[in-house]
Amino acid sequence: MRVTVRLFARLRDLAGSGELVRDVATPATVETVWRSLVAEMPDLHVYERTMSVAVNADYAKMSAKVNDGDEVAFLPPVSGG
Amino acid sequence: MSPVAVTSDPLDLQALIEEISRASTADGAITSFVGLVREQNQGRRVSFLEYEAYEPLAIRALQLIIDEARDTWSDTRIGVHHRTGRLELGEASIIIVATSPHRAHAFAACRYTIERVKQIVPIWKHEHFEGGDVWLEGATADPADEAARETARRIACA
Repeated sequence: MRVTVRLFARLRDLAGSGELVRDVATPATVETVWRSLVAEMPDLHVYERTMSVAVNADYAKMSAKVNDGDEVAFLPPVSGG
Repeated sequence: MSPVAVTSDPLDLQALIEEISRASTADGAITSFVGLVREQNQGRRVSFLEYEAYEPLAIRALQLIIDEARDTWSDTRIGVHHRTGRLELGEASIIIVATSPHRAHAFAACRYTIERVKQIVPIWKHEHFEGGDVWLEGATADPADEAARETARRIACA
């Protein structure tokens, strides 16, 4: 199945793109998507303990199930305001 | 005008005050908070900031914060607009308006809102300073973190 990966702030800079389309094996969780991304771009792993994740623009857990066509976002610690 | 917005347009406090306060004549107080781009940050001389947002989630998170605040201060109404894109020194990055029949709730709801924005809204500052640039990183966003929410509530009531 195919998912859209969204990356923000420094994660986006590290990946060189804010939006990637990736094929992942079913069944998949957010963690599955993250693992394949880190395998491809090892620099991203520094965010593993501090990032938040979202599925279809809703905060989610790493264990959340991911379906075909979903948008999975990885978010560094926030600094708005 | 929506009470919640993430926008690259300059923020208009007066318009937001009018939007939030016109819904009721029961209010006795309006409080507002305006966050500005400042020149000094952690010893660096800031040139300008670029704000990036995950917009649909940022809107949801702002709405969640308003709902949380109204759980605690049920007679308040709140509006929040956050700016994105490039901001020069002195420009407003966020405006918050809270109304209530009584000032204590308006002040508390306003303060709670900005504290929670810094905890859970997916927006990031890219600071450009003399000699370089850096992504600022604060809190790991977790709306379900009750301890963080309690911290915001405690600060709001201090």
